Amino acid sequence: MSKKEIDEVSGTETTGHEWDGIKELNTPLPRWWLYLFIACIVWAVGYWFVMPSWPMLHGYTHGMLDHSQRDEVMANVRALQAARAGKEQALNQATLKQIQDNPDLLQFAMAEGKTVFGDNCAPCHGSGGQGAHGYPNLNDDVWLWGGKLDEIQHTITVGVRSSAQDTRESQMPAFGRDGILKPAEVADLTQYVVHLSGRPADPAAVRRAGKLFADNCAACHGAQGKGDRSVGAPNLTDNEWLYGPTPADIRDQIWNGHGGVMPTWGGRLSPATIKALAVYVHSLGGGE
Amino acid sequence: MVSVHTVIDRRDGAQQAAEGVARSDAQATNSAANRKLYKSRVPIYPREQDGLYRKIKWAMMAVTLSIYYLVPWVRWDRGPHAPNQAVLVDFAHERFYFFFIEIWPQEVYYITGLLILSAVSLFLINALFGRLWCGYSCPQTVWTDLFIWVETKIEGDRNARMKLAKAPWTAGKIAKRVSKHTIWLLFAVATGGAWVFYYNDAPTLLHELVTGTASVGNYAFIGILTFTTYTLGGMMREQVCTYMCPWPRIQAAMTDKEALCVTYAYDRGEPRGPHRKGDPWEGRGSCIDCNQCVAACPMGIDIRDGAQLECINCGLCIDACDDVMAKIGQPPRLIAYDTDANIHRRLVGKKPRFRFVRPRTILYAAVLGIVGAIMVYAFATRKSVEMDVLRDRNPNYVTLADGAVRNGYTIKLLNQANMPRDFQLSVGGLKTREVKVIGLESDAMPAVLHVDADKVRTVRVLVTVDKADLGTGGSRDINFTVTEPVHQESRQIESVFITGGAK
Repeated sequence: MSKKEIDEVSGTETTGHEWDGIKELNTPLPRWWLYLFIACIVWAVGYWFVMPSWPMLHGYTHGMLDHSQRDEVMANVRALQAARAGKEQALNQATLKQIQDNPDLLQFAMAEGKTVFGDNCAPCHGSGGQGAHGYPNLNDDVWLWGGKLDEIQHTITVGVRSSAQDTRESQMPAFGRDGILKPAEVADLTQYVVHLSGRPADPAAVRRAGKLFADNCAACHGAQGKGDRSVGAPNLTDNEWLYGPTPADIRDQIWNGHGGVMPTWGGRLSPATIKALAVYVHSLGGGE
Repeated sequence: MVSVHTVIDRRDGAQQAAEGVARSDAQATNSAANRKLYKSRVPIYPREQDGLYRKIKWAMMAVTLSIYYLVPWVRWDRGPHAPNQAVLVDFAHERFYFFFIEIWPQEVYYITGLLILSAVSLFLINALFGRLWCGYSCPQTVWTDLFIWVETKIEGDRNARMKLAKAPWTAGKIAKRVSKHTIWLLFAVATGGAWVFYYNDAPTLLHELVTGTASVGNYAFIGILTFTTYTLGGMMREQVCTYMCPWPRIQAAMTDKEALCVTYAYDRGEPRGPHRKGDPWEGRGSCIDCNQCVAACPMGIDIRDGAQLECINCGLCIDACDDVMAKIGQPPRLIAYDTDANIHRRLVGKKPRFRFVRPRTILYAAVLGIVGAIMVYAFATRKSVEMDVLRDRNPNYVTLADGAVRNGYTIKLLNQANMPRDFQLSVGGLKTREVKVIGLESDAMPAVLHVDADKVRTVRVLVTVDKADLGTGGSRDINFTVTEPVHQESRQIESVFITGGAK
């Protein structure tokens, strides 16, 4: 070691590093600092024996406490389920109307409904139930199968065109694709449906399509095109279009007869959860 | 210029610095002579010192400790709907109470303002009078002072304590040490105990603590604070200031030559050296090198080495030196609250003066004034009615069957008064078909919403506008007004109504 250089003013040893005439001091650490450092090392060694720490070829060292955050979460989940059991029970026994009228139960149902909606329904209906092309908006006042609490509950339970025995079932024929109607007739019907919703349409086409509509469409959509909820037939006179509002959209629907599938939730979600979901969907704004 | 280190006639082993003044062999613990890679703590046995600054320190200790221990017990009547503790941090209910002030979590900016005021006050005080905070009101200083007082009462003054430290472990020494540490621990427990009272109703919690029914958290915090008070106040003492606290470093940048600091007037004191009765005072300084200033220092430093980060500016060396000056018939305040600039002024024959008005003090005072004014204004205009309006983003808007458009809003009504009140909510700025408050039977406007005392009520409101009233743009302005009829307070929040039409 070379000779120690001592700074004149402070009397402290320097490291020998110098910048613009300023030398770095090598100020001694307090000894208790060293002791803290040693204490930390001792703590770390103790930690190995108490807590899970070292990875092994198969598994890891468990330590005396065998602490696991996963177990902790599972225990918390079990505790939560136990704490919720009373409310869940109440939800099971109450009717939908009773749930709506009981602020306490309603709050619980809304919270559960919102979470369950996010997990199960949002992929198709959107996180806010806003729907998308081919997937109904649940916020508006248009309901294919009914917007009352029990109707919503039933739709959730059995689904639409699902695998359930008593599913909501209806199928619009693919008038064009299956050759039921000629392309010109489909074009005329398109103009007719545009006319039904109060928009300007080709009068000659509308006249020609009157009989076509009565023969092919009125059975489900009604003579006035007002729809029929018992078969899930949409109202053609309003401003809502599941598969789009433009004449091209309407022609496409008549030609192909699109019909989406909503799965049955009866076997997957508990009756109480479906109740909560129904109350939540009803509250989105369109509930009847 | 006179060197600080000039010493005349330092006769080693001399017991007397002057007639009637004992020469202490106290040494600065940070003296340049013996430094190592790791520095062991040199125990400090500050001598009990009386004087002006000691009296101020006793008074400050009484005031600060009384505030700390007693404030949680002060009651403040807020009516039946709020706690009656004057100062309470109520985590469970997310409220902070300070006498007539009540702060909600979203108003934490008041605390930010308070912290800015505290910081700038610290800067200002530092620029004017040096480290008053460190010397008189810092908890570390106050509790260390208290613990040293306990130590002095049990083990005796400096020399007795030093002797006891070296003495073999007799029954007497054990008794003294045990009683000292016991009393320290009692103070430490009381300190931790007082802390938790700020977060709970004090009388209730005291009952719970004594009966063993308080929550684990309370006992844990008392334990932690007992430990820190005992170790930091009893064992670590000056080590906290020297090695742990950032403020000594920061204040070096905050101070300047005109800031008052505990200063050794080397222009008057040097050359220093022992003085025998009858010796002339001509040609030498007033400092008789008695080291009484070092012996009295709780930080164990020698103020004659100049301004240093270890110095907490408590002024006990001033008291010590003044006593000595009186004994040797010299004027007091060889060590005094003085400025570096004044020493230089005296050295060149100018009159010393104190420049309290300087650019930095003006700046600090201005910042203090502005922030203080903003705080006062904010408090004075604070309403007990608040409202937040959150428009639904998903979906942005809903088109109904007949072409009308509906927007949903989540409205939070804050009743920041300690009584339940009925708020009236109305919608304006747009011709609406229907305003439906979910959960209300009636759609009549204004909607009357009952909000519990000191609570938030969240309601969802659906606003429907007829197709004919939508207008041409993509959105329309809309406003929500909440009125509280009893106190005549209201809030209006602007929002937008998305029509979904052409942009």
